[in-house]
Amino acid sequence: MGWSLRGLGRWAAAAMLAAGLLAPAAHAQTSGKTIRFIPEADLRSLDPIWTTAYITRNHGYMVYDTLFALDEHFKPQPQMVDTWTVSADKLTYAFTLRDKLKFHDGTPVRSADCIASLERWMKRDGLGQVMALSVAEMKAADDRRFSIILKKPFPLLLEAIGKLSSNVPFIMPERIAKTDANTQITDPTGSGPFKFVKSEWVPGNKAVYVRNPDYVPRSEKPSWAAGGKVAKVDRVEWVYIPDPATAANALAAGEVDWWQQLPPDLVPQLQSNPDITIANTDPLGSIGVMRFNQLQPPFNNEKLRQAVLYVIDQKEIMTALAGDDQRNWRTCYSYYTCNTPMASEAGAAPLSGPRDPAKAKALIKESGYKGERIVIMTATDQPIVDRQAQIVAERLREIGLNVDLQAMDWGTLITRRTSKEPVEKNGWSIFFTWFVGPDMINPALNFPIRANGDKAWFGWPSDDKLEALRAEWLAAPDLAAQQRVAAEVQEEAFTSVPYVPTGQFIIPTAFRKSLHGVIVAPVVFLWNVEKQ
Amino acid sequence: MLAYIIRRLIATVPVMGVVALFVFSLLYIAPGDPAAMIAGDLATSEDIARIHAKLGLDEPFLLRFGHWLWGVLHGDLGISIFTNLPVTQLIGQRLEPTVALTLTTLVVTVVFAVPLGVLAAWKVGTWIDRLVMLVAVLGFSLPAFVLAYLLVLAFSIELPLLPVQGYVSIRDGFVPFISHLILPSAALGLIYGALIARVTRASMLEVLSQDYIRTAAAKGLADGQVLLRHALKNAAVPIATVIGIGVALLISGVIVTETVFAIPGIGRLTVDAILRRDYPVIQGVILLFSAAYVLVNLAVDISYTLLDPRVRY
Repeated sequence: MGWSLRGLGRWAAAAMLAAGLLAPAAHAQTSGKTIRFIPEADLRSLDPIWTTAYITRNHGYMVYDTLFALDEHFKPQPQMVDTWTVSADKLTYAFTLRDKLKFHDGTPVRSADCIASLERWMKRDGLGQVMALSVAEMKAADDRRFSIILKKPFPLLLEAIGKLSSNVPFIMPERIAKTDANTQITDPTGSGPFKFVKSEWVPGNKAVYVRNPDYVPRSEKPSWAAGGKVAKVDRVEWVYIPDPATAANALAAGEVDWWQQLPPDLVPQLQSNPDITIANTDPLGSIGVMRFNQLQPPFNNEKLRQAVLYVIDQKEIMTALAGDDQRNWRTCYSYYTCNTPMASEAGAAPLSGPRDPAKAKALIKESGYKGERIVIMTATDQPIVDRQAQIVAERLREIGLNVDLQAMDWGTLITRRTSKEPVEKNGWSIFFTWFVGPDMINPALNFPIRANGDKAWFGWPSDDKLEALRAEWLAAPDLAAQQRVAAEVQEEAFTSVPYVPTGQFIIPTAFRKSLHGVIVAPVVFLWNVEKQ
Repeated sequence: MLAYIIRRLIATVPVMGVVALFVFSLLYIAPGDPAAMIAGDLATSEDIARIHAKLGLDEPFLLRFGHWLWGVLHGDLGISIFTNLPVTQLIGQRLEPTVALTLTTLVVTVVFAVPLGVLAAWKVGTWIDRLVMLVAVLGFSLPAFVLAYLLVLAFSIELPLLPVQGYVSIRDGFVPFISHLILPSAALGLIYGALIARVTRASMLEVLSQDYIRTAAAKGLADGQVLLRHALKNAAVPIATVIGIGVALLISGVIVTETVFAIPGIGRLTVDAILRRDYPVIQGVILLFSAAYVLVNLAVDISYTLLDPRVRY
């Protein structure tokens, strides 16, 4: 038998435990029916309607339920709703809630709660605001039956109220949902599979959930956000560990059970650990985005934006961002998340073809570019942002653009990107970010593709044709029509270039082998997961 | 003495007022807007402007400062912009781990570093002296976070004796409490211990060369008595000073240590608040830190009267 430091340590630990010198406090907390989970970020706000932050959305899925929910076939499936009907003129949707739905405070879920929740959501969410334009009224027939009456058909109604990502139309008690949409709620009472233990919430460190014994899950098997949400553990602790090395060590030591987002550079360290599973449980991943300021020179010039398409190399960017392992990234020459129904390569040739700096230079010349300074903002505390920026800055310099790469933190970047001023007055030309796949699957959800000028996302592109096509898509009656119009939207987008998609990447997750039933979905869900 | 303490305590008020105004001004001109952070990546300029106004961030500087100061004078440090929880509650949640870590580090380092410094001075020029000074130089040279990772690797991964991260309150048992503090204290305390050991050695060397020490030895007193009763007592004032300064060092050091060991203390609260531009939290924490510095300095000044009867206030 060989001696090793690790073996010696186990003996020493066993001896100390036997002597009662070490109390394995952290391990005691994880024993039995508690999952300790390292989330992607710190839970700061409890209101998933007030903020679009993904961490708050994930919290929302723990404590709230939804009327409909998206399944893995991109179909909205009833969740709190038992049955529903649509009138022949497509103007009245009538819903009946499932029996025995209860909030965490013991009160039943009523139609009035659903209506108030949808009203608040429609004031904040982009798709909700579009839906609101079609809604004439929402009225309750009784506590379990209510209807949405439309002024004009809105084919996406079920998709909207079953929206997967931020803002999700979660159902709250009417007394909470009546809160002004611009004021943050503080009461986390929902009707979902877990209850939030507010007394144990330490922002920046820990959020605790316990199983909701009153929750009645659906009988269908889970499929993304749809199906049965069975809480299989008594308690879930979100433990926020900001330092990746510490998180890796905590997982290796068994102090936590699941690390939601494993940085690619730490994969090799944990891969060799026989107690840990590393998996890609997010089928849609995230999409990198390069955004131009179209209000100011030089990117107010369409030709210059088109020139950039010829030198952006998604493979290069994705390798820098997600590593060599191609299971963690793919090229995606589409304005819609690849592997979803609207995705295509219509009009994508400038981005998908061989990289062509000569063509880019020709377009730059055509654009009349006079060497204006191009300020690329990068956030050094956000590796996903920084790596995109570093690579693209270099490529743009190579084609003769006068690039000024300015490093800052994310907090500064997202403030400065609201500036509409020229670069001489602390403005900007380009920044990078990313969106999760579900936020980009069609023209209605894809937020940065909007080109409605002042009302558009930072960068404020203006393209009437693009907006008209988007409106046409919203009214498209069936999938075939949606796909046709979505391709037209995309062709126009590759012409006016509201942003450049820089690739699709997946951040792997890592969990102890004692966990079973982790759901493959674009959002992390903690129901159905059991610990042995 | 009592009058002196009261005078010093009253003097802290303007000090903290100046600190508060300075910090408030810095935050006012610093880039970054909490409204943009709150709104999330999918927000529009309109959303951010609405949140900005809702939070009162578009009010003039003096009005904002006035509101905040009025609250502070009434014991209200405000509400965290992000969590919507009172700043006093957030600080209250985080105070225990930081105080526990700081005190443990302080006690452990003083217990080890002062005797080592005395020993090095007593055995000056020998291998013991050189060894102590080598450890002290190492302590100064090795960044706390590097040492922290090395300690975790050795004592949590290779030898699974101590937890990797986290904090357990003393209310949940002394052993889990202390086992979660051993590695962070060691990582945090090395540089502090090195400083104390070096100052103790230097101070002792100066005293040991005095005539009265030679006289004490000539009288036939034992080495221990000479060192502890005559030398250390007279060398104590600079040592007490450096221990006091070291507490300030520790308070800034906990920021890194708390991050590496995922300890939910004031240090991490500060960093998180700065990254998010959570102004009320930043202001509250800085006010707390400045109060702590002032009180530590007062404690050091008072300790002089105990260590040296010639000092009178």
